[in-house]
Amino acid sequence: MMASSYKDEDGHISVSGTGAGAGSLPSKKPENTAFKQQRLPAWQPVLTAGTVLPAFFIIGLIFIPIGIGLYVTSNNIKEFEIDYTGLDPSSPCFNCSQNFSWNSTKPCTCSIPFYLEQPYESNVFMYYGLSNFYQNHRRYVKSRDDSQLNGNEESLRKPSKECEPYARHDNRPIAPCGAIANSMFNDTLELFYSDPNGTKTQIPLTATGIAWWTDKHVKFRNPGGNNDNLTAAFQGTTKPINWRRPAYELDSDPENNGFINEDFIVWMRTAALPTFRKLYRIIQRRNTMVPTLPRGNYTLEVVYNYPVRSFDGRKRMIFSTISWMGGKNPFLGIAYITVGSVCFLLGVILLFIHHKYDNRNNNPDISSN
Amino acid sequence: MGSVVSSFGNLCGKEKKQEEERHLRANDRPFNLSYLYANNAIKTSKYNVFTFLPLNLFEQFTRLANAYFLFLLLLQLIPQVSSLSWFTTAVPLILVLSMTAVKDASDDINRHRCDRQVNNRQVNVLTDGELKKEKWMNVQVGDIVKLESNHFVTADLLLLSSSEPLNLVYVETAELDGETNLKVKQALTVTGEMGDNIEALSTFRGEVRCEPPNNRLDKFKGNLTVNGQTYGLDNDKILLRGCTLRNTEWCFGLVIFGGPDTKLMQNSGKTTFKRTSIDHLMNVLVLCIFGFLGTMCFVLAIGNAIWEVKEGSVFTAFLPREAGVNAALSSFLSFWSYVIVLNTVVPISLYVSVEIIRLGNSFYIDWDRKMYYPKNDTPAQARTTTLNEELGQIKYIFSDKTGTLTQNIMTFNKCSINGKNYGELFDFSGQRVEVTEKTQRVDFSWNQLADPNFIFHDYSLLETVKEGNPEARAFFRLLALCHTVMPEEKKEGELNYQAQSPDEGALVTAARNFGFVFRSRTPETITIMEMGRKVTCELLAVLDFNNVRKRMSVIVRSPEGKMTLYCKGADTIIYERLHPSCKKLMDVTTGHLNEYAGDGLRTLVLAYKDLEESYMDGWRQRHHEASTAMEGQEEMLNELYEEIEKDMTLLGATAVEDKLQDGVPQTIEQLAKADIKIWVLTGDKQETAENIGYSCNMLREEMKDVFIVAANTAEGVKEELQNARRKMCPEAAEEPSVIKARAGLFWLQKTETVRDEKVDGDYGLIINGHSLAFALEKDLELELLRTACMCQTVICCRVTPLQKAQVVQLVKKYKQAVTLAIGDGANDVSMIKAAHIGVGISGQEGMQAVLSSDFSFAQFRYLQRLLLVHGRWSYLRMCKFLRYFFYKNFTFTFVHFWYAFFCGFSAQTVYDEWFITLYNLMYTALPILSLCLFDQDVNDRWSFQYPQLYSPGQLNMYFSKKAFVRCMMHSCYSSLILFFIPWAAMHDTVRDDGRDIADYQSFALLAQTCLLVVVSAQLCLDTHYWTTVNQLFVWGSLATYFAVTFTMYSNGMFLIFTSVFPFIGTARNSLNQPNVWLTIFLISLLCILPVVALRFVLLQIRPTINDKVRHMVGKEVLPSPAPRRPPARRISTRQSGYAFSHSQGYGNLVTSQGFLLKRPLKGRSILFTQTDSALAENKPQQYRTITEEVEESQSSHSW
Repeated sequence: MMASSYKDEDGHISVSGTGAGAGSLPSKKPENTAFKQQRLPAWQPVLTAGTVLPAFFIIGLIFIPIGIGLYVTSNNIKEFEIDYTGLDPSSPCFNCSQNFSWNSTKPCTCSIPFYLEQPYESNVFMYYGLSNFYQNHRRYVKSRDDSQLNGNEESLRKPSKECEPYARHDNRPIAPCGAIANSMFNDTLELFYSDPNGTKTQIPLTATGIAWWTDKHVKFRNPGGNNDNLTAAFQGTTKPINWRRPAYELDSDPENNGFINEDFIVWMRTAALPTFRKLYRIIQRRNTMVPTLPRGNYTLEVVYNYPVRSFDGRKRMIFSTISWMGGKNPFLGIAYITVGSVCFLLGVILLFIHHKYDNRNNNPDISSN
Repeated sequence: MGSVVSSFGNLCGKEKKQEEERHLRANDRPFNLSYLYANNAIKTSKYNVFTFLPLNLFEQFTRLANAYFLFLLLLQLIPQVSSLSWFTTAVPLILVLSMTAVKDASDDINRHRCDRQVNNRQVNVLTDGELKKEKWMNVQVGDIVKLESNHFVTADLLLLSSSEPLNLVYVETAELDGETNLKVKQALTVTGEMGDNIEALSTFRGEVRCEPPNNRLDKFKGNLTVNGQTYGLDNDKILLRGCTLRNTEWCFGLVIFGGPDTKLMQNSGKTTFKRTSIDHLMNVLVLCIFGFLGTMCFVLAIGNAIWEVKEGSVFTAFLPREAGVNAALSSFLSFWSYVIVLNTVVPISLYVSVEIIRLGNSFYIDWDRKMYYPKNDTPAQARTTTLNEELGQIKYIFSDKTGTLTQNIMTFNKCSINGKNYGELFDFSGQRVEVTEKTQRVDFSWNQLADPNFIFHDYSLLETVKEGNPEARAFFRLLALCHTVMPEEKKEGELNYQAQSPDEGALVTAARNFGFVFRSRTPETITIMEMGRKVTCELLAVLDFNNVRKRMSVIVRSPEGKMTLYCKGADTIIYERLHPSCKKLMDVTTGHLNEYAGDGLRTLVLAYKDLEESYMDGWRQRHHEASTAMEGQEEMLNELYEEIEKDMTLLGATAVEDKLQDGVPQTIEQLAKADIKIWVLTGDKQETAENIGYSCNMLREEMKDVFIVAANTAEGVKEELQNARRKMCPEAAEEPSVIKARAGLFWLQKTETVRDEKVDGDYGLIINGHSLAFALEKDLELELLRTACMCQTVICCRVTPLQKAQVVQLVKKYKQAVTLAIGDGANDVSMIKAAHIGVGISGQEGMQAVLSSDFSFAQFRYLQRLLLVHGRWSYLRMCKFLRYFFYKNFTFTFVHFWYAFFCGFSAQTVYDEWFITLYNLMYTALPILSLCLFDQDVNDRWSFQYPQLYSPGQLNMYFSKKAFVRCMMHSCYSSLILFFIPWAAMHDTVRDDGRDIADYQSFALLAQTCLLVVVSAQLCLDTHYWTTVNQLFVWGSLATYFAVTFTMYSNGMFLIFTSVFPFIGTARNSLNQPNVWLTIFLISLLCILPVVALRFVLLQIRPTINDKVRHMVGKEVLPSPAPRRPPARRISTRQSGYAFSHSQGYGNLVTSQGFLLKRPLKGRSILFTQTDSALAENKPQQYRTITEEVEESQSSHSW
């Protein structure tokens, strides 16, 4: 109480200050600005029952509907998954998985029949999934040369050190270099629909439009610019060791060949986690009257090239439709519902606590600290 | 006598001759140069243009943090280990290094400038028979230099001759030892004879042999050989560099030590660096963090080994190992890789930010208008910028009295003449009126010699004098005659008094204004203007003051021939010597004295006695015999004094106010409410100190007891302390309970803490210097500490500067509490340096205290603002900063830890490298700075309203090891949310067009965006004070993040720097997905809501004092300040009215022949120039040395 008697000192100072400041020396009196005097106007929020409790209830009220919406959306997405690794002796791919060798000339094929219980109405996205595959290992992630992939001629001839030990082979630079490119997924998946009357029809799969636009058009470029003759552009380089064909023979479509082959681009976008799925093909809806994939029997024909058994990996094929929030993932919906409910519950608990202790708080006895 | 001294010195010189000794010859440069002594150039700067970079870098890398980052940088250059690009460490490191380098460079440039200025000072040097101006730096050992008044002493000189009689010179040693009084040095007669005879001086070939350079300021040993004769040299003949010549027209000196060899320079550079307790805690924590980092890396390295064996070995088809790397080596490498990845737990920006915050808070102190003192245009100043937060943790304040609590201005306030009380004002109803600035003053303009600064408010006294009241006239005549003041009249009518004690000056000035002007004195006479009439009285004897007599008398003969003894002194002493007829008057006067004492005034009683001519003749005869007696002189004189000073007639009493500074009692009250203990350490007398104690509210009537410890033996002191303790706390254990603990870096420091003991009621303790000396001994110090800490108020009086420091150290050592020492004078320097925080009162004469202080301002009352507002805020801000900073960095880092389990422990980072680089530097730096520069829980007025808000700081409540652990747990929670929610949300998810979004780059972007949003939200939650700047920085940082991210992930950046920005397109492709934003939103709420809930619950269940006050701030308006009530008069038993800061020895001095006769015409009163400094009262022995000098010179002169 005593101290505040000095609060009017400012005024007092200004009176005598003018007297003292009459001399030639400028007064050393500090400036009277809100900043220097620490009087900046400010908003001083305090946690009170009036703000905290409604906040909890409102958050609860917002979250639960969002959660339900997300959950329903996710549930409406249809997804179908086949594990075709072939670990089980009864699996059609068992043989292929057993007798794998990198340099076999004859591709091993296996076909897996399955039955779709419900029709897939809209565009269907076909993914391959790998498990226990450490695409996010530090040494793996950095084993690439982005400037080579961007069509830089110099990097094409002299791949970055990061690509080691897949930078050169037989004294020739590898294009594309690095462990990521070398380990590119190279199974071929084909889908056949078996009519109820027994005829097998192949379902057309679209191989383009599966990579990010930026990747396809900015990040990845073939060497030699728009030169149509890719073979010439890749002259003097060699294919990655595990590949069966060089990069310029990945596809017949020149817009989807070489470094801008979309399968390749998708593979090069490394996954964050050791279990991942990557978009393989899109099954376009052709006819609005007929579902894209009607209910019935199908066969998945696999050209089994990619070995995963050695590291306990799994290979899957997934069909999925999508919604505005992407693929099937019930987690967000459940999480929102849970958080919303917990918020609501917390609100109730806090209300109870507040009610219980409110009386004590209303007359704070500061001196008895 | 001189020869005895010199031969003695000679003897010493020979006996103590060391191997190294300085040998020089005056005016013989070639001879002196052969010894290669340092010349007078000094160098305090550290670098020059060429050495700056290497030396400064070396110095910076000796700091642990910088060295650590250099080490990291080197690690990153190893490709097998490097998990991050080099720039993540290099960019911050270079930034920090260059900032520090710039600061160091500017400091050093200043030092260069200072050095150059000092080195280029001019001095007259005697070369080739004539005086030439020479730069200081070119002065060599053995040169003879001429100094003039107010010149700085060039180097350590042997004084050869001076303009003053007896070859005296007066020097001020303030720069050297902090004492502002003048000291006398005297040259040898043999050299002094040369005077200013240039020829004699230039042919002078004295040879000096002396001790080698050392740092003992008070000792010098050596001898001077002139013409085969050898004379001893001691400290009295040496002028030290750093002193200033005063009141001496000129003097000649022989350079003995130059530049770096001078005692000044040998003494410098010892200043200990003060660090705050938060600093120490921070160092400990950083070490803990290092340990923690090691543990994390070790765990991950083990994980890596396991992974390599189980998974990596079979995954080699796709990810071959490098040649020669097996699981063990890989795990070793991954340890170091993780050291790099997780290095953000010890962020380099921590130290930089801490410095910036402290600097900012120091500026606030400099800028505070409420700590600006307009009277002498002094703003507060934070002289150290590294101690701010400690201001919020002060537990003990040690205060000087004179000049700190008091203004060191004595004013004649009241008097009682012949039983009538003057000096108080009453209104018509007879009520006492408080004197304010506006109260009408008595007009003294009728008196041409009146001191215009003298203020008195009671007209009746002047009227009484003018009426010719004999007692009143006698009263003032006494005041004009009985003193040891020296007058100085430079111009006719412009009188200036040089008083040895300020109270005496006040009394003489009062007499002057009431028409009894003390005009001049000679050894035999005193001339006064008595109501305009010149009266010259013959001064027959001065019965000097001493501590036992506690009185002073003069015997004068008036022009009419009447002989009178005038006496003034302590009431108790005078009362014993009064004539019985004064009994009635005595009673009345006693009443007045009690009143005065109750107001905290210093009182003196005045009495006189008319003397018979016949008796006086005899007495003077005996007095002469006694004063010339060879033995027992003092006793004989005392006896004579006793004989004549009796049966006196009481005249009245004076009351001199030792003016307290404005607002001192209120400040002390406030600080006491903030649970800060104030100890007063003063050189003053016990009575004075006690008086002040009462008047500034430290000692109060309602105190249960005030113990006075004034024993003269160790046992006595012990007993008194124990008695006091037993009385306060009978149940306390005899042995103090000492908690022994270890603290500090590596727990190397041993600490002993004496616990606080609870005492009912308030007690006070007064201990005098003599007892304190015993109490500070090893075996009694704990006893002292316990007793003193039980008391509310502790006053130590008559303490030496050293004891002041010892007391501070005692409390520091055994209380582990933060101490603050505040003082104004040179005698406070030691305690200011000893305490955690030293505060100097600036704007007064001496600057010593200010120069060695950490903070300075002009008025004691600003202390409450410094502590309760600035200190509290600084502490709050610093703690908030540390808590938040550790939170944000741990959260950042722990996410990497969790990710390790999903990436084969390969030290893959979760975030983009650029984000890692810029996170601390750019995205989170400014918001936290704005938080820590602007935050206040409640504003300054509320802080004053509730000083209790200060206590959490004293108890280290806001940041401690516990708080740190809480921070870590909070981070752990946040990081779990931050990793596993994106993990679950993104796992197996695709974009709304079916393409990839669970890729590494999108995941990194999501994780880092979430992290930034969460830490920003947490910051918002921690901010109590939202200014526009805070808003700007928080939103600005987020905006910057998005802007920078989109820029770095843009096509252009990729096409230009293909390998540096591989994240092209990630921002566009993933931030347009609704589920990404839903995830960010979910994560933010999940991180923030529990904190809000927890805080709310704590607020409800266990509100802290801050919460309570903040709650009130929201609701109420600040209660208007209570009107300042006039200090209640203390109706008290008088402790002792006597308080008179006087010292012995002046009676002789002012009457001594040599002193007065030799005085040149121009008024020069060197002895008294500085006497109103604190030192004058504290160290009478200072004056004694001068007196002795004068006496000695006198005697030698008469020989």
